[in-house]
Order: sequence, then structure tokens, then C-alpha cells
Amino acid sequence: MKKIHVTTTINGKETEFLCELRQSLLEVLRDVLMLTGAKEGCNNGNCGACNVLLDGRLVNSCLVMGAEVQACNVQTIEGIATPQGLHPLQQAFLEGAALQCGICTPGFIVAAKALLDQNPKPTEHQVRHFLAGNLCRCTGYDKIVRAVLQAATS
Amino acid sequence: MKDIDYAAPKTIAEACAILNEKGDKARCLAGGTDIIVQVREHRRDIDVLVDIKHIPQVNALNYDPSKGLTIGAAVPCYRIYEHKEIARAYPGLIDAAALIGGIQIQSRASLGGNLCNASPAGDTIPPLIALEATCVIVGAGAMREVPVEKFCTAPGKTMLGRGEMLVQLKLPPPKPRSGAAYLRFIPRNEMDIAVVGAGVAVLLDDSKQRCSAARIALAAVAPTPLLVLEAGAALVDGALGDALIDKAASLAQAAAKPISDMRGTAEYRKHLVGVLVKRTLNIAIQRARTG
Repeated sequence: MKKIHVTTTINGKETEFLCELRQSLLEVLRDVLMLTGAKEGCNNGNCGACNVLLDGRLVNSCLVMGAEVQACNVQTIEGIATPQGLHPLQQAFLEGAALQCGICTPGFIVAAKALLDQNPKPTEHQVRHFLAGNLCRCTGYDKIVRAVLQAATS
Repeated sequence: MKDIDYAAPKTIAEACAILNEKGDKARCLAGGTDIIVQVREHRRDIDVLVDIKHIPQVNALNYDPSKGLTIGAAVPCYRIYEHKEIARAYPGLIDAAALIGGIQIQSRASLGGNLCNASPAGDTIPPLIALEATCVIVGAGAMREVPVEKFCTAPGKTMLGRGEMLVQLKLPPPKPRSGAAYLRFIPRNEMDIAVVGAGVAVLLDDSKQRCSAARIALAAVAPTPLLVLEAGAALVDGALGDALIDKAASLAQAAAKPISDMRGTAEYRKHLVGVLVKRTLNIAIQRARTG
């Protein structure tokens, strides 16, 4: 297996890793760096469970090669809460029971954070449109949308 | 995914050298939204991904109202639709760039990649054809420029030869009283592959009641995206109105050669061509009159 040495910033910390050239960013996060918050749902870009921010843009980490993130800035679900407490989105998801099995939740929270970062007061329609690339098979989406709108008010 | 190589050349010449050496076993990586999945799912057998995003020309996005628009082959969709001047000048292109996949896909997916993937249903291809875009192709030190409608040759296949890469797309500047639009039909609101797509561009005369030129292109009704010259030409024949638009739509339907598959029957697709061509023409004409 051919490997490459990559230096990148993950959740604000400079990070080095050795990855196989065939590995996706998702595989690097989960299998090399043990950051298992991002989930593998479909592994083909449909479900959003593996969402991370790459240089501030929302991406599916299953559709990014690990070798590509040299000198990039990666933010994962692990970097969303602070030592002071949960992010308002995480708090709203908890309080609104916006999850059942929880597999899609990290992706939804990262995606919703990307939305609120660029549009702090979205309409319900804007929330639903922005989250179209995230799939949830439990909740029927309604509680998720309401949690995002709730977080936007706090 | 199988064991592969990853190369990140910094110049077009370096990229072309790898593409030339490896032939079909090398593939350019721009946004990766198609190629990574294809390699992972054994739908394309390659040995090396050539990440072209470190090459300045393929990341360029330049708009000049007198010279037109240059889109580097790896420029992701969001950079195009978030560029206010480009969004104002090319709304027909934005229709497509803003509806491919979800936000996550638009962060990475490029128009160049959409073309090189050569899906008959590629959303950005009909508006590129309608807007008379050309492909700038470089290989072995030589450059050639070909119209987008000639680029795809079969499902998943393009006219790129060994050692060649798509570097940029070029669009002429929008003319006064011109308008374009793209619509696709999918059975849900977002995140699906076109059952049929239609991209049109019109140029109106001074009266804005007649059309002096028009181009109509279709997706998902033939092995490659289709330019229907005769449908565009029909619009230049008289006063713009329902009768003329119906005629153009019928000619587009006649040119469509769809297949039946899980997304829709051939008959249904023919019907959709008529509906979408009429709708896109009405939007494009409206944009040309008010733009």
C-alpha cells in the first residue's frame, strides 16, 4: 500500500498523518485519526452522514481523498462543542429530540452549522433546502428542522 | 477502494505527461463527486488519480463583460453561483450549477467534471451548449478548442485523446436582449438525476417580439446531451408566441431519442421534452425582455 505524509489543520490543531493513497478523508478521520464522529452512511455522496467543513465549505468527506487535504483546514463534529459546553445546535437537537438512532446527527449538525454560519436567521424553507443533502431514516426531518430553527434563535 | 496512486501536478504539462503515460488508467480528479465513487464501486478501473486542483489555469474563474466568461475545469459550482456578476450575466447556467446535488456536492463538483463524466443526464451540459460554450483542451503541447456539443461521444466517453485534458470552458459575453434557462424534471424536489433536462438560449431583436437566434439543448434523451439546431431555428421564423414555441417544442420532441429505464419510459421522456422546452423558452424570453 502506497502511503503519503499529510500535514493539515483539524479542529484548529495542526495534525500530521500518514494515509494510504486510496483512503478517503472519511477513512483517514475514522481509521487513522480515530475521529469517529463523522459516519459512513452511503459512502457515495448521497446521505451527508460524513459531512465536515473543508476550508469552511461543507463537503462529504467520503468524496474527498485523504491526500487532498494537505495544508487545508478541516472541521469535524468533534470540533463543534467547546470546553464551556455544547454548541447551540447540539443543545437544540438534544432538547428537541431531533434524533433517534443518531447515525445522521453529526452530519446534520455540521451541515446546519455551515448554514447558520452563512445565514444566522434562515427560514424553514431555507433550512430544508440547505439540508437536502442529509438523509435521516428515523425522524421524518421535522424535529431536525425545528431544532435548527430553535438554535438560530439562541 | 483498490490501491491507487495519487498525483498532484502543478502544471498542465506535468498533468498531461502522466495522462499520456498512463492512458485510460489515469483520470483527472477535480471535485471527485463522480470519479471517487466510480473507482470505489469498480465502475472505472484506474491506477492513478491526477488531482488537477493545484494547476492555476483549472482554478481560474474570470468574467469580463466584453470578453466573456472563462471557467477553469475544476472550479466548483458554488464559486460560479456565488459570483454576483456571473450570476447576473448567465442566469441560465446558474439554474444548473445551483441544482446539482446538495450543498455538499456543489462545494466540490465542477462543470468540467460534469462534462468529462459525460453522463447523458449531466445538468450543466445543456445550458453550456445553449450558451455556445467551448472546451479548451490541452495535450502534448498542443491546444484545441471545441464546442461543448461535440465533447461527449457516448455515455461516459468523451473526445479527449490520450494525454489530453480539459483545462477550461469559455462562454461568449451575453448579448443585449438575450436570455437563457435550464430546467430538469425529477420526481422529487432536490437531489436526483434528471429524467429529462432542457437548456435554451434566445436572442431577441430590437422589438423584443421576434427571435433572431435560439439554441435548444436536451439532456437524458440520447446517448449524449443533444443540441437540436432545427428547434432553435424554428423560433426565428415569426412573431414570438405560443404557436412558435409549440413548434420548437415539437421539433425538440422529434429529435429526442430516449430510452426507457428506471427513471421513466421513452414515451414519458418525449412528453417531458415538450413541457420543459416550452417552460424554459418562456423563462429565457422573459429574461431576455427584462434583463
